[in-house]
Amino acid sequence: MTSVITVPPSLDDHTFEQVVEQLASVPPDAKVLIDARHTRWASPYGLTALLTLGQTREERAAFHAPDAEETASYWARTGFFKYAEELFDLHGSVPRARGGESSVLLEITPVVKSEDVHEVVGRIQQKAQQILAKELNIDAKATVGFAMTLSEVCQNIVEHAGRGGWVAVQTYTWRKRLGRRVVVIAVCDAGCGFRQSLESAPGRVRSDRWDDAEALEEAVVRGVSRFRDPGRGQGLAGVRRYVGRWDGKVSVRSGTARIAIVPSWDDDVPLLEKLAPFPGSQVQVTIPERVAGGPR
Amino acid sequence: MMMHIDLSSVLRQTVSCELYSNLVTRPTGAAVRAQIEALLADARERSLTVIDFSHVGMIDFSCADEVVAKLLLRTTSSERGEREAYFLFRGVTDDHWDAIETVLERHRLALVLETDDGAARIVGIVGDGERAAWEKVYELGRTAPADLATALGADESDAVEVLNTLHRRRLVMRTEEGYIAVGGIGIQHD
Repeated sequence: MTSVITVPPSLDDHTFEQVVEQLASVPPDAKVLIDARHTRWASPYGLTALLTLGQTREERAAFHAPDAEETASYWARTGFFKYAEELFDLHGSVPRARGGESSVLLEITPVVKSEDVHEVVGRIQQKAQQILAKELNIDAKATVGFAMTLSEVCQNIVEHAGRGGWVAVQTYTWRKRLGRRVVVIAVCDAGCGFRQSLESAPGRVRSDRWDDAEALEEAVVRGVSRFRDPGRGQGLAGVRRYVGRWDGKVSVRSGTARIAIVPSWDDDVPLLEKLAPFPGSQVQVTIPERVAGGPR
Repeated sequence: MMMHIDLSSVLRQTVSCELYSNLVTRPTGAAVRAQIEALLADARERSLTVIDFSHVGMIDFSCADEVVAKLLLRTTSSERGEREAYFLFRGVTDDHWDAIETVLERHRLALVLETDDGAARIVGIVGDGERAAWEKVYELGRTAPADLATALGADESDAVEVLNTLHRRRLVMRTEEGYIAVGGIGIQHD
């Protein structure tokens, strides 16, 4: 029997939880059909998370592409189907990618090794400067910090995940909560996740409460790393600083928990626990358009 | 002995790609530092090396930790015995500074930066007394503890102590004739 997992009409970091919840009761080796026929929109997080979902299945899953031509065409331009066809048996109309997409700063790109991070950073720099300054009103100097942020979140995959993941960067107007343009970095993997990574630290003593939420607090808030080297853990701390400086948001989901550094313009919950389990780590960084009187 | 290391050249040799000009990722940083250390291995008992960032696009935190912090930590540790390695950092811009400043703070390190006009200044974690002493040594040129004590209006024993600290941190060089600030060589003094 094939379990049908319905992808919501609008797929982002919040609604992806509906997908994870549906999967929770399905064994990893069971047949599943990921049904995106009625999906009309997906954030970079949604698309990269769908690819990691494909990685988690022991039995190759089926995937039904969106019925809406415009949506399927957009997904093709982001590079989604190029990687999806390696992971899923694709059904429905899967358009060929034609031309670039102006809102896509970085199409979906696999991150497996250190050289991939060089590639990603090299490709983003010029375009990021243009977008940050012209579309988001952010000082051109912020481009370097943006590239550093991208580099550090991608490196988490190379250093800790134990398997490859994906990154995508896109700009769009976030009407629901903000009513402004944003640039969003999404980095998703289906690797070992934060808890397991920290547990691998030699001589680590676990507290009674030790779980995914505490692992995320340690890594994201306190800068703890599995390595004893005191220079470790600076990457995510640097990401937090950059995001704070530009009134942005960072959220990290791993295992059964999700932590977020929440700016004043958002009403997200800082820590969510006891979510349906999903392997690896899924990171999203959001930098909003700067308005008069905002941070410089 | 004075050496000049163009980091962008070392980077290209390390990652085997002409296109990369960014110092990103920890493995890249570790490889670049290993290359620098290999170049320094041939140095005599005292060496001054210019680490040149002029052609580096950007550096991230992980790479700065490997290239800058670990390089300084290894050369300021006593394990290196008699060999004294000093560094002057050139071509550091705002695009590099965020990451470098972060790792200096994390490890409580300091270094000497060459500014656009060819002067030098110390940056990082430096006490007021250390900064005042370093700036005075930089201004005076070759300086004996007694000269520094006079210039600062301090006891000679205090001058000796602060010079020893700056020397241990490889911010001043100790010679038989006195102390010289890193970056102070070649500067005209009255």
